[in-house]
Amino acid sequence: MKKDRIFWGTVAPLAAVVSSLLLVSIILILRGANPIEIFQVMISYGFDPRNLVSELNQTVAYYLAGVAAAIGFKMLLFNIGIDGQYRMGAFFGAVVGAAVSLPPVLHVLLIIITAMLAGGLWAAIAGYLKVRRGVSEVISNIMLNFIAAAIIAFLLGEELLGILPEGSQNVQTRPIPLSGQMPTFKMFNGEVYSFLFVAIFVGIAYWIMLNKTVFGFNLRATGLSFRAARSSGVNAPGMIFITTVLSGAIAGLVGLGTLLSDTHSYSMAFPSGFAFTGLSLALLGRNHPVGIFFAAFLWSFLERAAPVLEYEGVPPEIVIVMQGTIVLSIVIAYEVVARINLRQQQRAVGKANVDLVKESK
Amino acid sequence: MGNILEVAGVEKKYPGVVANRDVSLLVREGSIHAIIGENGAGKSTLMKTLYGLIRPDAGSIKVFGQEVSLKSPQDAIALGIGMVHQHFKLADNATVLENVILGGEPSRFGFVIKYEEARKKLLEIAKTYHLDIDPDESVANLGVGERQRVEIAKVLFRGAKILILDEPTAVLVPQEVTELFENLRDLVDKGLTVLFISHKLDEVLSIADDITIMRQGTTVATKKPAETNKKELAELMVGGELPKPIAGVQNISQKSILAFKDVSFSRHDGREILHNLNLELHGGEILGLAGVEGNGQSELIELIMGLLPATSGSVEVLGLDASTTPTKDIRNAGVAYIPQDRQRDGLLMSAPLWENRILGHQFATPMAKGIWVNKAAAAQDSTRVVEEFDVRTPGVNVLASALSGGNQQKFIVGRELSGKPQLIVAAQPTRGVDVGAQAIIWDHLMKARTAGAGVLLVSADLEELFSLSDRIAVIYSGSIVSILNPLKTTPEDLGLAMTGAKSA
Repeated sequence: MKKDRIFWGTVAPLAAVVSSLLLVSIILILRGANPIEIFQVMISYGFDPRNLVSELNQTVAYYLAGVAAAIGFKMLLFNIGIDGQYRMGAFFGAVVGAAVSLPPVLHVLLIIITAMLAGGLWAAIAGYLKVRRGVSEVISNIMLNFIAAAIIAFLLGEELLGILPEGSQNVQTRPIPLSGQMPTFKMFNGEVYSFLFVAIFVGIAYWIMLNKTVFGFNLRATGLSFRAARSSGVNAPGMIFITTVLSGAIAGLVGLGTLLSDTHSYSMAFPSGFAFTGLSLALLGRNHPVGIFFAAFLWSFLERAAPVLEYEGVPPEIVIVMQGTIVLSIVIAYEVVARINLRQQQRAVGKANVDLVKESK
Repeated sequence: MGNILEVAGVEKKYPGVVANRDVSLLVREGSIHAIIGENGAGKSTLMKTLYGLIRPDAGSIKVFGQEVSLKSPQDAIALGIGMVHQHFKLADNATVLENVILGGEPSRFGFVIKYEEARKKLLEIAKTYHLDIDPDESVANLGVGERQRVEIAKVLFRGAKILILDEPTAVLVPQEVTELFENLRDLVDKGLTVLFISHKLDEVLSIADDITIMRQGTTVATKKPAETNKKELAELMVGGELPKPIAGVQNISQKSILAFKDVSFSRHDGREILHNLNLELHGGEILGLAGVEGNGQSELIELIMGLLPATSGSVEVLGLDASTTPTKDIRNAGVAYIPQDRQRDGLLMSAPLWENRILGHQFATPMAKGIWVNKAAAAQDSTRVVEEFDVRTPGVNVLASALSGGNQQKFIVGRELSGKPQLIVAAQPTRGVDVGAQAIIWDHLMKARTAGAGVLLVSADLEELFSLSDRIAVIYSGSIVSILNPLKTTPEDLGLAMTGAKSA
């Protein structure tokens, strides 16, 4: 039965990727391009060591966004606020990191904790509104994303927390001193963020929390059935709130790889769009930490390989089409798998009953 | 006038249950015909059959003397049969007019709705039958009584000649009931026919022209109000003889494990559900709670489990104040809970059985070890439950949703009776399960009682109540109206108490 689960859990995302490739091939053929050639170019470019490094670093951020979304999904929450939570985390992490001086490891830890607190507290607003006021977390989070961006833009004013370095157009926070930076390590002749290990740790902790602890059981129970969880003694509204905050706290970590190992300060140049990406990756990775990792890598790979398509006379936006169709197919594929599973189990139950009847005769 | 509706020999079977058998019914044109019976007597099945929602396995239905076969509500509507459901089916954010025409819009070319024509027709209906409704009011602003009038108007708008009302008074306050009855009188005066379901004997006697009584899936008699009385109706509803209790060792302790003292409970909208309710349960006792559904049983249970706080009065569960104690602590103190709606409240349908074994026991050993879930213990004990309660499943990794309802119920009962609970709140513990499973569940409840646990048995099944209970409390309209000894109770006493009539 367990083997079955792993089998179907792998077949579904693969089927989604394959059907997406087929669809994209059709589009490419219609444009007069040879899809096999295009895919070969993408693969050879994407697996080039130099590109692998930046893909890996991008994977770290996407992975954390995916895990943040997955925690929400387990509670049937659609955390579209990952964008705002990530901004708040990265910004306040940068501000606090630049304001203090501490011994190396402690300094980094303080930044990480600050970022998680900032992301978590920002998400808590949506959590409170949902539990106490019945406001859909989707609506409040979309608003909160805008508000977060606006607050940070305001706080980045030069009289407040921002500085304008010489020769730069971008206001940014004061740089984090050396003790608050995280090293990179050599891999494929490039510099990979050591924050990768934090991301891996988060993935493992997420899995253990969800599957092995009573807290995780209560979280999943509430997501599966609010009423059954409540009847069993779980403070279900409380669990919804805590889950929202937890999801926000993980989202607060999304920008830290870049911040701690690369830029060392927060600026308006930090990218956006992590919410949609995170939600897509959690969906594709079936809320499983390993699945999300592969999904995050696939996304980074596709995005990294996109620009090269222009040389082949194909618009790089084809990658977005690919991502979109993957997500769409995966939703269908998982539903099909879930139905097959239930039917198999029902058949097994039916068979067991028939056997029992035979025995008693 | 002749019979507008003739039902003969209608039968409907579900796997393991006969919902209707040999049902016969003659409804005179222009009359108000009431159908009364206990929960599960088959009233709703019959009404659904008449409205085309269920197809009978056998029997014939004649409308206006013509034999018909109803395949869907559309067929019923075409024949002039309309139904007003107990739970209104209205779109809140649309107007009365929009709701009335929804699904049957008069239109030009099939897509341009003729609002003016519809409004005129609706106003005409309202005037003819004295239904006080405003076509342009938003349904969201309407009270319960008004919504019901909209439902009635909706059915009339579609040209119904026979109206079926499923427990129309269950949701109404007394003044609204009076108003409804005036409306119903108007309808039959204008030549329509009304078929209505109720459990309330007073109402039925005051409004109906004919009363048909159903029991255990079949129609047992049809009476005229002038020729009968409450006593006779109650006896017909409940049956001639009540089952005798299963003899068991009586071991009732002095210890009170559950006590309601002057408990009232009002919902957010101010409607009072429980009123000055008093009830006490001792260890080693099975206390049956009888009553027509919707008289406050669900709220009473949720109060015990700490899921709702009492508005006034106190609920003491194993020495804890249930209004302020979290459900978790009530559970941990030794309260087992077999919920009425097992799929919504008792199970994680898409989780495996072993996880469902943990549910409700996740705050204490052996299902939890500190902060960790003890999967090994859960799997092992699930296997025990499966064996002891004869749950038909190939294993404990099967999803709860893959099991049949009866097996789900056996699993829940087995789970809840693990760990020696002191108080067992059992709501409809054998509803929808087969006879074999019922025997297993009864046996285990009796064993728990012998072992000193107190059981609150909320049931609509009179056989169950009489077989198991040491005492039977009757709840009506949010209060306990009488406490009966099952050995000395006559069916009519119980029937009268349950339907709110004061016994002599």
